[in-house]
Amino acid sequence: MAYMDHAATTPMLSEAIEAYVAAARDVGNASSLHAPGRRARRTVEESRERIAAALGARPSEVIFTGSGTESDNLAVKGIHWARRDRVAGRNRVIASAVEHHAVLDSVRWLEEHEGADVTWLEVDPQGRVPVRTLRAALEAAGDQATVVTAMWANNEVGTLQPVAALAALAGEAGVPFHTDAVQAVGQVPVDFAASGAAALTISGHKLGGPAGVGALLLGRDVACTPLLHGGGQERDVRSGTLDVPAIAAFAVAVETAVKTQQETAARLTALRDALVSRVRDAVPDAIYNGDPTDRLPGNAHLSFPGCEGDALLLLLDAQDIACSTGSACSAGVAQPSHVLLAMGADDDRARSSLRFTLGHTSTRADVDALVAALPGAVERARRAAAR
Amino acid sequence: MSGGVDSAVAAARAADAGHDVTGVHLALARNLQTYRSGARGCCTLEDARDARRAADVIGIPFYVWDMADRFHEDVVDDFVAEYAAGRTPNPCLRCNEKIKFAAVLDRAVALGFDAVVTGHHARLGADGLLRRSVDPAKDQSYVLAVLRRDQLDRSVFPLGDSTKAQVRAEAAERGLAVAEKPDSHDICFIADGDTRRFLAERLGETPGDIVDARTGAVLGSHSGAYAYTVGQRRGLALREPAPDGRPRYVLSITPVTNTVTVGPAGMLDVTDVAADRPVWTGGPEPDGPVECEVQLRAHGEVVPATVELTGGWMLASLRRPARGVAAGQALVAYRPDPAGDVVLGSATIGSRD
Repeated sequence: MAYMDHAATTPMLSEAIEAYVAAARDVGNASSLHAPGRRARRTVEESRERIAAALGARPSEVIFTGSGTESDNLAVKGIHWARRDRVAGRNRVIASAVEHHAVLDSVRWLEEHEGADVTWLEVDPQGRVPVRTLRAALEAAGDQATVVTAMWANNEVGTLQPVAALAALAGEAGVPFHTDAVQAVGQVPVDFAASGAAALTISGHKLGGPAGVGALLLGRDVACTPLLHGGGQERDVRSGTLDVPAIAAFAVAVETAVKTQQETAARLTALRDALVSRVRDAVPDAIYNGDPTDRLPGNAHLSFPGCEGDALLLLLDAQDIACSTGSACSAGVAQPSHVLLAMGADDDRARSSLRFTLGHTSTRADVDALVAALPGAVERARRAAAR
Repeated sequence: MSGGVDSAVAAARAADAGHDVTGVHLALARNLQTYRSGARGCCTLEDARDARRAADVIGIPFYVWDMADRFHEDVVDDFVAEYAAGRTPNPCLRCNEKIKFAAVLDRAVALGFDAVVTGHHARLGADGLLRRSVDPAKDQSYVLAVLRRDQLDRSVFPLGDSTKAQVRAEAAERGLAVAEKPDSHDICFIADGDTRRFLAERLGETPGDIVDARTGAVLGSHSGAYAYTVGQRRGLALREPAPDGRPRYVLSITPVTNTVTVGPAGMLDVTDVAADRPVWTGGPEPDGPVECEVQLRAHGEVVPATVELTGGWMLASLRRPARGVAAGQALVAYRPDPAGDVVLGSATIGSRD
């Protein structure tokens, strides 16, 4: 099995599994006042501190959630709600056009159900938001913008956004800047304080922790209206009993991913570049999408003209190669990627794409297997599409 | 894999037979909400989930293939156009002809697969002959008879030797949750089952006359001839009863004049049937008349007849009259056989005028 879908989820690190199991054997609600509760609380708080230290945040800025999706929803809706109408008429969300659906659909929901105005930031052909585009959007918005959201690294094509420059612009305009860094942590350096962001999303299972846990790093002074009401466990911004084993494992995974980031990046960049050059040798008309260098080390996103991505996926899957079309599914049917369309690709190119994402278990043998299987798969997929 | 019990067991049997099997569920609605939100029909989200679960239990890969555009053009638009032309189409038959054993099969073959396996109740053995299922109540050879030789050669029907009860029992033994799932009966793309309204929304109201076949007298009016089917008796709302007090039936529909013609039951009797676009898969094409049995609609009666292929038509002379023969339905010729009646050929009932 060549697993090349680490951006979907990556195997848990063994140290994270150990931390999970150790905490799962123990009892205690972190909100309880007795000794087992205090023990659970201690695990949570130590985990919070470890994550904060690894990512340049203060412990109080770490808000545990149930997923990256929840963190994105909380940041976009919560900050919008908290700032809406604080000055007359303020109701505008500014978002990049290439966001993950957790952000994209939150913004669309605010537009459709809450009457929010939306400025979508167009991207260049590499998928990057030009700094001048945000500057123009902020100028046009005046004092009407509630929140700016632009991801750190794109989950489909891997392009890195100029987060520091975008965050600085938003900061000058006095608008909180949120960034979805789910794909970035462990692959590129991420420092919350240095980034200038007001809010930053991370997720457990993309960096070697468990699924079902995430966090929003939320600046201390950033007002944010809760999505979930209840016990107010997390700074009164997020309610729900904390998943202590998942949080313990998450913290270990974040710490490890950040500690090994440079080494991982170097290794994956070399492996990814080998993959891309060998794929292009095997399929000369393959198109390498995104920015060739300023991208996630583990991401290779390619279009194969004349093929349908889902046909290629099926053929590679049958040869034990796991990859992704990269775009969202609706009822099992792959939709043309909004990211590629925003980058100027046509529908055919958007549908002809595959995403290969490498991670901590990837090896040269995975690339060998892919390069062996791909030309035959492309030929068959072309035959199928020609009908 | 529709999400029903038949395709689940068919897939399991194909896998058991040692084939390298991949499960495919078809997404047929252009707007994912339109067909799929209804509880009826064969393509709700729940059906897709049931199909996926069956594939999991069988242990085969599973994918959803988007055939919505093809389905819309070749089946739904065709369905509406056929009614507009005064005919009565069978969309399941058209789906087999154009989607399952054409678009799906072609894609599968191009991707390296050898055949399409379905849960249809019909037999297709090593002799290459399509036969009725052992379960006469569930036999689906009628809607498969439209398949050409090259399509049959790449088709596998693992259920033809089993009754529906046996299929359900086997599904339960295999731990397939769909074992007790009710059969689907409705046209899958008309979620509420109201065909007349479905057509009215697409064809609009076009009022016209209901005319007596013998006298030419106008007996009533209708709001769209497409809402009527040959042999229909109810819902005519005629102004006065027939002089002899006998019920009157729809005899024909004439789209050009937007007229529905009615008359007594006896005038529904037909002994000569012409059908075009013939396929013949029960052996070499005959060059003369063939003694056989014919079936003129799904689950319809079987009538002894002579059929002949001539000039691109299949002509049938029935030994006894049949009633309610509607243009657009299939004429299927069978050769009685103790090992299962053999499909000789099929064609679409029409008019040579």
